[in-house]
Amino acid sequence: MNWTRRLWTRLQALFRGRENTRRLDDEIQFHLDQQITENLAAGMSKEEALRVALRAFGNPTLVKEETQDTWGWIRVEQIARDLRNGARSLWRTPRFALVAIFVMALGIGATTALFTVVRSVILEPLPFKEPARLLHLYEYFDDVFLYNASAGGVFAEWKKQSTQFSELAIYSYRTEYNLSGSGGQLPEKVRGAECSWNLFATLGVEPAFGRKFTAEDDQPSANATVVLSWGLWKRRFGGETSILGQTIRLDAKAYTVIGIMPAWFAYPEHSTQLWTPIYHEEPAVEMQALDTHDFASIGRLKPGASEAEGRAELAVIVKRLHEEHRDNPFVSKGAMTRPLLDDVIGEAKTPLLMLLAATGCFLLIACLNVASLLVAREATRRREFAIRMALGGGRWRLLVEHLTESFVLSIAGGAAGLAMAYAVIQWFISTRREMSRVETIHIDGWVVGFAAGLVLLCAVFTGMTSALSIKGEQILPSLQEASRSHSAGQARVRLRKWLLSLEVGLTVVLLIGAGLLLKSYKQLRTTNLGCITDNVLTMHLSLPEAAYSKGAQRVNFYQALLERVRALPGVQSATFTRMVPGEGYGGDSGFAIAEHPPLPEGQYQLGVVRWVDPGYFAALGIPILRGQTFDADQRLDKADEVIVSEALVRQYFPGEDPIGKHLLTIGRRPFKVMGVVGDTRVLVARDPRPMMYLPLYVSIYDGVPTGGTLAVRSNRDVSTLALPTQRIIQQLDPELPVSDVLTMDQIVGQSTSDASFDATLLLAFAVLSLVLAAAGLFGVLSYVGTQRTTELGVRIALGAQRDEVLRLMLWDGLRPAGVGLALGLAGGIAGTRMIRDLLYGVRPLDVSVFVAVAIVLLLVAGAACLLPALRASRLDPMQALRNE
Amino acid sequence: MGKPNDLVQGTLDLLILKTISLEPKHGWAIAKRIQQISGEVLQVQQGSLYPALHRLEQRCWIKAKWKESETGRKAKFYSLTAAGRAQLEKEAENWNRLSAAINLVVETS
Repeated sequence: MNWTRRLWTRLQALFRGRENTRRLDDEIQFHLDQQITENLAAGMSKEEALRVALRAFGNPTLVKEETQDTWGWIRVEQIARDLRNGARSLWRTPRFALVAIFVMALGIGATTALFTVVRSVILEPLPFKEPARLLHLYEYFDDVFLYNASAGGVFAEWKKQSTQFSELAIYSYRTEYNLSGSGGQLPEKVRGAECSWNLFATLGVEPAFGRKFTAEDDQPSANATVVLSWGLWKRRFGGETSILGQTIRLDAKAYTVIGIMPAWFAYPEHSTQLWTPIYHEEPAVEMQALDTHDFASIGRLKPGASEAEGRAELAVIVKRLHEEHRDNPFVSKGAMTRPLLDDVIGEAKTPLLMLLAATGCFLLIACLNVASLLVAREATRRREFAIRMALGGGRWRLLVEHLTESFVLSIAGGAAGLAMAYAVIQWFISTRREMSRVETIHIDGWVVGFAAGLVLLCAVFTGMTSALSIKGEQILPSLQEASRSHSAGQARVRLRKWLLSLEVGLTVVLLIGAGLLLKSYKQLRTTNLGCITDNVLTMHLSLPEAAYSKGAQRVNFYQALLERVRALPGVQSATFTRMVPGEGYGGDSGFAIAEHPPLPEGQYQLGVVRWVDPGYFAALGIPILRGQTFDADQRLDKADEVIVSEALVRQYFPGEDPIGKHLLTIGRRPFKVMGVVGDTRVLVARDPRPMMYLPLYVSIYDGVPTGGTLAVRSNRDVSTLALPTQRIIQQLDPELPVSDVLTMDQIVGQSTSDASFDATLLLAFAVLSLVLAAAGLFGVLSYVGTQRTTELGVRIALGAQRDEVLRLMLWDGLRPAGVGLALGLAGGIAGTRMIRDLLYGVRPLDVSVFVAVAIVLLLVAGAACLLPALRASRLDPMQALRNE
Repeated sequence: MGKPNDLVQGTLDLLILKTISLEPKHGWAIAKRIQQISGEVLQVQQGSLYPALHRLEQRCWIKAKWKESETGRKAKFYSLTAAGRAQLEKEAENWNRLSAAINLVVETS
């Protein structure tokens, strides 16, 4: 067969290289001899015959090289030789090599690490069956609540009427259970999810052990059942499958364990530790309500159905409900959908993409810097190249050598970078535990392939950029030029300056981004929550309904708790509330004002609801602006007082005294407005919203709230009070677990930690880029300085003032920096739009940030240029001219 | 190294294949032969001959053997393989079609 023969020829070429080379020599020598013989026969002299034969033949060495190039495998050998040469020539200049490799490693490492994170978190599909068909479903309320949670009743209608979905499931966003201890274990609060029985089927997952929920489990009359997560099962139940069929106590009620999910499964959150059937857990009223938007819904599209079709169908169903209940303004008007992945990633997407873009910029800067270093190196080797070309070295060979050198650099940098990426990813995972899908981040073949691609790209980019300077080189001028050192390498300097301008431009973009994020972070940290945060300790607890079924029991517990905690030495004040400021939105409720005319159909008034004990405002230092706090007798059914926030008054009582008016809210019960208090923020980054405070001991719906946050304020280090406080709770009820023991400062810190992380990381890249750019400026100007030694020497000898020389040199260096700055500012204006979502209290085109960046850059550039410029201006003309 | 009679790109292969189709020849003889037959019109650039020969050999269209030449020295003789003969036919046919077409254009217009 032809190919076997071909392979044989190739193998021969590979293994008998030396023999083949000798034979090629013979062949060519034979040719030349024949030609010489012929020439002699034609009557030429011996020398002439040789000369004419060689002229007809061309350069024998080049012909040999070109011929060898056709020998299939010889290329491998060639590449190995080139790599060896490249490595050797780098070895001779270890300082240059180390700096270049380090810079490359930083760039490739950072980019690879960020790519790994982005790939695992954003690009990788969810680990469910056919994840592309999974949608998260929302109600569309209005443009404020674009992606609103769904109400149980709306979901029921979707389930009944929709045709585009093969499965629809509903679950509660976040539920906490008190898991009672057995056999000496402490009780514990665990995060769970209530879900409809088909949630697992919708996602397409099977339990690792046991069974899934059935429709029979998922109704009010069924026995209580629970499915455990792998982690909880291992940790709490020793990984014994005998737990299946046994009962555990959740909120003081018995639940039968029916299944254990596989280790990789984490939904809806990666902290979800158990699942319970939602129609068994939630009151039927709640699951039929059309206006209580408390749940999350997901759906699996039927094969062939599109997201748009699915959404349209759901929207029609909601619209119809809206029309049927025009008197209730809280029934939504439409539906929205989003791929499930988008919902899971949530807010992590923009910052990650921004950081990836930043690392990309940084890598580009690193490449430009290395390219610039290579160009400078080229300059010193220019003469060598010219001589080699004069001796007949092929231009292609020189280019290849060039590329292999940058290739060696990139490979070394890439290897170091990959190791660095590994370390960075470990660090990232440990610092960003709260980020969605952080547990999926890992290095795999794709990442290694990506790094290899980066290496190749960097090698080609730096190699080609620096090779631009040898292209079309005139041999003679460069030999001449190299012998004298004035006005040398103009083109090369120009190229380096362009590279520098680009580098400076990218640096400016990074600096602007970092500046904006830092300013935004500072705004966040200085934002006033509206209450005292110093030395305030908070902890969560919730009273299980089974043990505290009556409202009076809960009231007694809260009052006993507060009484005892307030008696602790060191405690200034203590209070109990559903949520302290900064902890989150909680829930809201519509209300009407009894003294106002009824609202037009379709309009609504909304307030965030907080349940607080009467001492709340004093304890957290929230000012009472008008009126007073609750009376002490506000208990259970007798409770009929409400306190409102300034924002609520501003919005719903414009130009009116709200005191003594009545709010008709939850259950349409009238609550009398007792006082107006200062605004507080539900989250640091949210502006204050209208808020109403109901007495903690009020009995509505299913009675007094079953849990919330205990806040303790002290005038000294409050963390020392954590243990005594927990001991009091233990004494009151040994079965009651406590969770999230945090100071207010920690709560604020947690909610701003992402902002600080993004800002810090971007700042780090920006500073590194600035250092690289400064080093580049310094390098170019130093080079220019040595190149122009003679010229400057002559100038000074002829009477040029030294400060004139200084100005000349400074101008030379600052010009590319100026061009870069202009480029960067333009880039910044275009680029900051991308991070608008990440900014709080700062506009993307914040003038002060842009000005500050420009000043910093000019200062750094000036400093980088000053030294070489000073050196040039202090030149001794005699010394400089004698160098010739 | 005169340029005027440079061979049309790719035709060198055809000429080589054709030249050695009757009997095995060494490189110098191939160059010489092409020059003679074409009435000195085609000057093979000797420098490009050897890379071409070795490329053809790598493709297994020609094979080489070291034999004594007419002068008694050992020389590398190239001859066609079966695949080479097929290739020659194909390329000759291509060439005929192309040159006929060019002729047609040149003569009618």
